[in-house]
Amino acid sequence: MVEGQIPIAEYSTGNTKHTWDAKKLRAAHQKLAEYTYKKGDVYRGYANRTLYVNLSTKKISEKPVTDEMKKLFTGGRGFGLKLLWEGIKPTTRWNSEENELLITTGPLCGTTQYAGSGKSLCLSVSPSTNIICDCNVGGFVGPYLKFAGFDALEIQGKASEDVIIFIDGEHGKISIETAPHEETNTHLLAEQLTTMYASEDTDQARQKVAVVSTGAAAEHSYWGCLNFSFYDIRRKTPRIKQAGRGGLGTVFRDKKLKAIVVKIDHLTGLSNHPADPDKLAEIGIKLHKEIRDLDRYQCNMRAVGTGHLVEIMDQYDLLPCENYRFGSFPKASKIYSPKFYELFTKIIPDGCWHGCTLACAKTVDGYTVMTGPYKGQKVTVDGPEYETIAACSNMSIWDPLWILEFNFYCDTYGIDTISTGTAIAFYMEMYEYGILNKERCNGLELCFGNADATLEFIHRIAQGDQAEFIRIASQGIRRVKDWILKNGWGDKKLVEDCGMESKGLEFSEYVTKESLAMQGGYGLTLKGPQHDEAWLIFMDMVNNAIPTFEDKAEALHYFPMWRTWFGLNGLCKLPWNDIEPANNAQTEEPAKVPEHVQNYVEYQNAVTGWKVTKEDLILQSERCYNFQRALNVWMGRGRRKDDWIPYRAMGPVTEMEYLSRRDRYDKQLVEKVGFTAQQVEQMSIQERIHQLYQYRQNQYQKLADAVYYRRGWTQNGVPTPQKMRQLGFTDKKLLQMLEEKIAEDEQAGLNTWGGIYGIGEKPPAQERQYWKFWK
Amino acid sequence: MNQPKTVKILAFHADRCKGCLACEKACSQVHFKTNAGGDQSALRITKTDQGYQMHVCDQRGLCLDLCPVGALRRQKNGVVVLDPKICVGCQACVAFCPIGAMRKSKLRLEPFKCISCGSCVRACPEKALELVERNIAEIKQIVYHKQGV
Repeated sequence: MVEGQIPIAEYSTGNTKHTWDAKKLRAAHQKLAEYTYKKGDVYRGYANRTLYVNLSTKKISEKPVTDEMKKLFTGGRGFGLKLLWEGIKPTTRWNSEENELLITTGPLCGTTQYAGSGKSLCLSVSPSTNIICDCNVGGFVGPYLKFAGFDALEIQGKASEDVIIFIDGEHGKISIETAPHEETNTHLLAEQLTTMYASEDTDQARQKVAVVSTGAAAEHSYWGCLNFSFYDIRRKTPRIKQAGRGGLGTVFRDKKLKAIVVKIDHLTGLSNHPADPDKLAEIGIKLHKEIRDLDRYQCNMRAVGTGHLVEIMDQYDLLPCENYRFGSFPKASKIYSPKFYELFTKIIPDGCWHGCTLACAKTVDGYTVMTGPYKGQKVTVDGPEYETIAACSNMSIWDPLWILEFNFYCDTYGIDTISTGTAIAFYMEMYEYGILNKERCNGLELCFGNADATLEFIHRIAQGDQAEFIRIASQGIRRVKDWILKNGWGDKKLVEDCGMESKGLEFSEYVTKESLAMQGGYGLTLKGPQHDEAWLIFMDMVNNAIPTFEDKAEALHYFPMWRTWFGLNGLCKLPWNDIEPANNAQTEEPAKVPEHVQNYVEYQNAVTGWKVTKEDLILQSERCYNFQRALNVWMGRGRRKDDWIPYRAMGPVTEMEYLSRRDRYDKQLVEKVGFTAQQVEQMSIQERIHQLYQYRQNQYQKLADAVYYRRGWTQNGVPTPQKMRQLGFTDKKLLQMLEEKIAEDEQAGLNTWGGIYGIGEKPPAQERQYWKFWK
Repeated sequence: MNQPKTVKILAFHADRCKGCLACEKACSQVHFKTNAGGDQSALRITKTDQGYQMHVCDQRGLCLDLCPVGALRRQKNGVVVLDPKICVGCQACVAFCPIGAMRKSKLRLEPFKCISCGSCVRACPEKALELVERNIAEIKQIVYHKQGV
């Protein structure tokens, strides 16, 4: 076992080595456009300008960042939303010429003293959802983009051949270059470009280059992810983190982007020029000490990364198994974190940005690939993380090596492990019912547990196989549901209830059936079903801390706003609550981790020189959150009907599922729905499922009512102009658009509560247009 | 590369120390070109009920595995050094040092530590300090947390 105190020069991954003729590769590059800019220092967290690149016209220009822009949008995802609002149209779709791909940073991004401070926020109109999707990703690209001179990169248009955008922060130049001969798949391409663009042949020079890339499968599916590299001086290879959700890699390849390369000339701990560096070091050291002393007892993230969640989720019946039918599985212990600990290379640091001692980015070196074009080669697999492992439990794949295989190929081919795994799990369930079969799946035996067929499917996507199933299935669950129903192969209700997508995006990997708040955490989201807005399972289900609709609505207000804040600033969420102060449980609101919230108040003040309070942080988020919802509405989505989630996310769809937890559901029919035990006993299983279905659907609608009211939206889920004005928005176009949308809903009779309220119950407000009374 | 087998670390003869802090002043000369001692010294002498105590890096090297940019390394003579030109000031080594011997001064972002240079030994009028040789294999520590610990 490789472990500790190995001189950097002496560690070797044992991976298969590749040699390239860098000169030949570079010689084939043709410079299509070049732009020279005056380098400037970042001041108090901001570079104070953004970069615009149009791949159709080859225009490259700068845009200023104003104080007003900082005030309304803070940075990161907020800046991205503002630029999209100005750059696209309501009719823009993922492959429209004017669709934009944004990579943004945030004022705290690039700090080295506080763990988790190197995140980039990527945004685009998603092929899965046709609305704006935002993704949070590690790696060095975000910090380097800022230190090269820009708070955001905005890419519009499409190139006519494969190109690279090179942002040269060393010489103050930006170029668009053709790149005809480089590899497409990330594990090779990132290595090629890191070597080619480094100023000299040293690890220190290579560490100053970062690359965004994707892979061959991104081009042929809607699951394309963006791989952000960071050069690991111990492994002597670039590693990668993913902006996975919503198909941003698909947009990337549609624009004929092969890569974005960012290079800086120097980096120090003061590159952000913070207002109060001493304070920053002080709170950073405090957090590092907590991580040192407590991580091993809390999450053990430094040893096994986010994979520690697998055993917890299995024990609490929350691990998605066989397409979310079950929350635990007899074979699950085969993929618990100790199994991956055995495989991980044990050399620290594993943070995806400097100074992240939580170090969750674990790696298996020297893994021998079992299938596909790289069969027999030894590679580094970045991961697996919890979501990837659970995506495999969802497909009933219980072998760590097959999980690594799945992880490696999804990454290098540039597809999201979450969407890919969740979708395949659905196809497998349909296969089990005979709705899909070998013939309909173009020869693939996609039954649960068939790892071989899973990999074969992925390879065929990467090859651009245009067989009907491969083509449609690689566009995700929503398109396959439509395809199955169009062909009349399955019962509509069963197909719709089992396919775990909402707004067109596949669910991430938690079973939400028993937590109403978590159902809201998935369904009442901006970009689609994703746990990064509100992860409330434990608070709701285990601790029973939010029993009423109002309590849940408050949680579904606070936590999405709080989590949004990380994306405005270029931060990772993990150091907020995956490590907690020793006395956290004794605080008034332990779920909020108050001491860490205070850290972030002090952190933002120390960098920007502002004097914000914890309430101000929520206000920053509330502005952007509502703005993004308004953009969803503008693009024709973002109403109650779009916040629909499949019934599998709410309760048992099939008899098998009901029977697997029969005692639990029978008891709920008595205690929650109001039947007597005798009545329940006399019901058929189908009738019990039906009664539970009616009850839970209504609960969800009542939750939506409470949440919309708390967030300041109409009954149909539209942000009100009154709320937007309260948040500081004066943009007439925006306010008028919302007025018109609400008026449309009014005319269609949609401004009504969704829940059915019984005796003694009432909706959140009696007045129908309650928002009109807000000042 | 041949790895060093031994390293010199500071030993303290408490019975000889009279608390003049000449050692701290000499140390801050090395690191910050001042005579301030205290927070600007990698070596600290403190008075307790039992007499004087010394607090300094013992070169166990736990910090070596923490540096994300390779600014920390063990020299040929076994001493662990930090190259401030490579350091990005993340403070991971400061916080993770189990005895707090990697230090951070307000004068600069990059941490500093004892480099066994011997200037404190030479400065001590009472011969209370000396450099002694230790086997690295006996003192070295690794930072990785064991699964389930």
